[in-house]
Amino acid sequence: MDAILLQILNGLDKGSAYALIALGLTLIFGTLGVVNFAHGALFMIGAFCAVTLSKFLTLSFETVDPTKTDFLGQPLKVKTPYVEAWFGPDFGGALIDWAVPLSILFAIPVMITVGFVMERGLIKHFYKRPHADQILVTFGLAIVLQEIIKQVYGANPIPTPAPDAFRGSFDFGVLLGFDPSVIIYPYWRLVYFLFAAVIIGAVFAFLQFTTFGMVVRAGMADRETVGLLGINIDRRFTIMFGIAAAVAGLAGVMYTPINSPNYHMGMDFLVLSFVVVVVGGMGSLPGAVAAGFLLGILESFASMNEIKSLIPGIDQIIIYLVAIVILLTRPRGLMGRKGVMED
Amino acid sequence: MLGLDKKDWTLLLIVAVLALAAPFILNPFPAGSELAQFNAGYPDLMQRFAIFGIFAIGFNILFGLTGYLSFGHAAFLGVGSYSAVWMFKLLSMNVVPAILLSMVVAALFSLLIGFVSLRRSGIYFSILTLAFAQMSFNLAYSVLTPITNGETGLQLTLDDPRILGASATADGSIPVTNLFGLEMRSTFELEIGAWLFQFNAGYYLCAVIMLLAFYAAMRIFRSPFGIMLRAVKSNQQRMTYTGLNPRPYTLAAFVISGMYAGLAGGLMASMDPLAGAERMQWTASGEVVLMTILGGAGTLLGPVLGAGFIKYFENIFSKINDNVLHGWFSFLPDGLEDLLVSIVHPFVGKGWHLTLGILFMLVVIFLPGGLIEGGQRIVRLFRKKKAPRGEDADHHPKETPHVAE
Amino acid sequence: MGILEVKGVNKRFGGLQALGDVNLSVQENTVHAIIGPNGAGKSTLLNCLVGKLIPDTGSVMFDGQSVLGRKPHEINQMGISRVFQTPEIFGDLTVLENVLIPCFARRDGAFRMHAFETVANEAEMIEKAMTMLEDVNMADKRHMHSASMSRGDKRRLEMAMCLVQEPKLLLLDEPTAGMARADTNNTIDLLKEIKAKRDITMAIIEHDMHVVFSLADRITVLAQGTPLVEDTPENIKGHPKVREAYLGESA
Repeated sequence: MDAILLQILNGLDKGSAYALIALGLTLIFGTLGVVNFAHGALFMIGAFCAVTLSKFLTLSFETVDPTKTDFLGQPLKVKTPYVEAWFGPDFGGALIDWAVPLSILFAIPVMITVGFVMERGLIKHFYKRPHADQILVTFGLAIVLQEIIKQVYGANPIPTPAPDAFRGSFDFGVLLGFDPSVIIYPYWRLVYFLFAAVIIGAVFAFLQFTTFGMVVRAGMADRETVGLLGINIDRRFTIMFGIAAAVAGLAGVMYTPINSPNYHMGMDFLVLSFVVVVVGGMGSLPGAVAAGFLLGILESFASMNEIKSLIPGIDQIIIYLVAIVILLTRPRGLMGRKGVMED
Repeated sequence: MLGLDKKDWTLLLIVAVLALAAPFILNPFPAGSELAQFNAGYPDLMQRFAIFGIFAIGFNILFGLTGYLSFGHAAFLGVGSYSAVWMFKLLSMNVVPAILLSMVVAALFSLLIGFVSLRRSGIYFSILTLAFAQMSFNLAYSVLTPITNGETGLQLTLDDPRILGASATADGSIPVTNLFGLEMRSTFELEIGAWLFQFNAGYYLCAVIMLLAFYAAMRIFRSPFGIMLRAVKSNQQRMTYTGLNPRPYTLAAFVISGMYAGLAGGLMASMDPLAGAERMQWTASGEVVLMTILGGAGTLLGPVLGAGFIKYFENIFSKINDNVLHGWFSFLPDGLEDLLVSIVHPFVGKGWHLTLGILFMLVVIFLPGGLIEGGQRIVRLFRKKKAPRGEDADHHPKETPHVAE
Repeated sequence: MGILEVKGVNKRFGGLQALGDVNLSVQENTVHAIIGPNGAGKSTLLNCLVGKLIPDTGSVMFDGQSVLGRKPHEINQMGISRVFQTPEIFGDLTVLENVLIPCFARRDGAFRMHAFETVANEAEMIEKAMTMLEDVNMADKRHMHSASMSRGDKRRLEMAMCLVQEPKLLLLDEPTAGMARADTNNTIDLLKEIKAKRDITMAIIEHDMHVVFSLADRITVLAQGTPLVEDTPENIKGHPKVREAYLGESA
């Protein structure tokens, strides 16, 4: 029982990331009818927003402290981040410590801008082209973005820690009446899950309760009719693309303490997110979210030693296996609608 | 003759001449000269031209004709390589059984994957093939380590049985791949003046096989079967209501292209007897998609051109570093020189993939027909200048009624 | 005994009875029209004939064999060809290739790996296709890219693709839907021409009365999924039940 619970918890953070990326992918599929292979790159750009901000905050100048010496007997050089000099060590230090959560504020405008530019500059021209062309051009874009990040930030993962307050783990088991330290769960993962839940809730509420969201949902159901009603659906779709980009970006920002970002994280997550979307059902937002968590949790179960010894290698392929079985038995996915992306 | 008309013969002959004379054509600059770095006439690179040419020709039979976009073809290349290396380990260092086995294994593997994936079309098909390939890649890295040797990759050792050959040569080293005794690495060097030309046995094997592969693709394109494959791309509904079953046609195309990929993988291992899982990764599948699109999907020559183009520039661009750049721009004033170098720097050397990505986007956006279409546009431009009224009968058919043959 | 015998066919979609006890008999070498207002079940019936839908009960016999449970391509191989509402052709291929495909399908069946034969050497097939194209006055367009043709030409080409198969039964699904009057008349002329040149059995689904009365030998009137009456055009024109159910509201 406790082992099962632990695996469910372990699956939640990856599942959250899958769900957030798949949510954005589905929004774009559903509204714009575009298959976006560069969506993983948006996740990556989000992560590197966090890297950038924390680098920026730790920009330092050197001063020589004559009272101390280093091990060679030279006067010690001390690095002081500018923010600490400007705002005092307490506030400045807190800023540096909280770089990742702060990056959310920085990432939102950046991601929305990136989304707008991408949609207006490139995707717009591919609405009427075949899906194969859309896949290819966004694939090319994904390579370009990935290579740019590689050149700017290098090929190695860049550790970006969570704030001190969230380091360490939380003994979940005690809360539920299990023995201590049976189910321990890092704080940040809990934060990530809650964060994902809030974002997902916000997107759904936005679509459900605003006029804008209503039009977008109507557009997802039947684009032509909505267009005929004289509603400028294109502009709304541009905004939708920006929102999807922001969702992916925020998922990336908050993921940085869990896995140090590197330039190919976008591609790694993209393949899996596509599988998630397909399992959930192309064009179904609840499907994407449900499948994201489902696959995240399945993956964590498959990596249990008991299961791995039973079926070796299952942890590596479980997601793909599930996807293949689902596609063959329920071609539209778990909650897919008829006629979406069926040529 | 041999099922080809005059135009196709000309094309085949041109490709044959280019392939066989490649050691000359690709080495236009004297050895040791400043420009020698642009030479591509050395065995390793020429082999890659031919091998990736085969890979792309096969991919084009699936994608170019039926329109099914597979993102998992590298998996077949990978199993081809593994099969070939196992043949070298167990049987003998002769490349013939190795290549044959790699094709057979790839065919079986693609039959299995194709049977499942082809139950869906469009984007679903792409994702299914992607999932299969990624699954194979993950398996090759983990559980299948006894067969694939995991991260290290499969290599030959001195303990391999090689029942029809020797485990080790007389001097105690691992034997080399050969074709009935002709070593794949053996190279005949010809020096003419300042030029050095290399004629490598392995390359010529690859080139001859590529020509056969090209010829086979040509026959498929011109056959009723080829028309059926194009019909699959054009209108499956009409096809079923014409009494045809599209599924076996697409499956046949999938298996054929899988065999081409297996052949390429087998050849790759024959030139350099090792195989690694990274050959199966989806970025590798993406590369063959790039080659085919860049050259021109659905055309005969396009994929070969695309493969050559990408492999050539990959090689050249990767070699250019800042020193080379400074050398090029040294005639400029210092400030300008540094500026130019820093502008070009991100696109060369390790930045080759950036250039490739940009190139790929440009082609998809502006030239969906690839290099072949580009060439045709240029030719058409010249023709229009010569004959302003045009003889483009296909587009203005009402002007000149043809007489029935 | 007709070449096509539909007996007691029922088809339900949820709560909707799309077809209720349909009986229909199409005689050889006649043009049989199935008419009825929108939603009468014409398309559902057609889809049951070509294998796209399977009726809940009843039988569909073609040429003495049941078509039920067979796939569309198998039913075509039995001798039923179909013309669609909007012409379905192979747009990426040339006109001649479009007509060659049904020729190969008739000769080689649903699948054959004829990968090492050459189209250019298939003299017999090419001749057959060319004769067909001359028949529909399209021989001069044989090298044209078929997607770039006018809609009338596409219709003509689709007809040629079906006719070259020498079908025992040609199904036409509202061949003039959405056409201007002039195009409709052209299509009627084309069909008349085809009928005059060869023995052919056609079943036309149509709601344009003009088309129906110019072509049909027999007419079945369908209303709310059930055949109301079946008779010759002359008798249908004056039939009070038909006037009430159909002509009254459409006139």
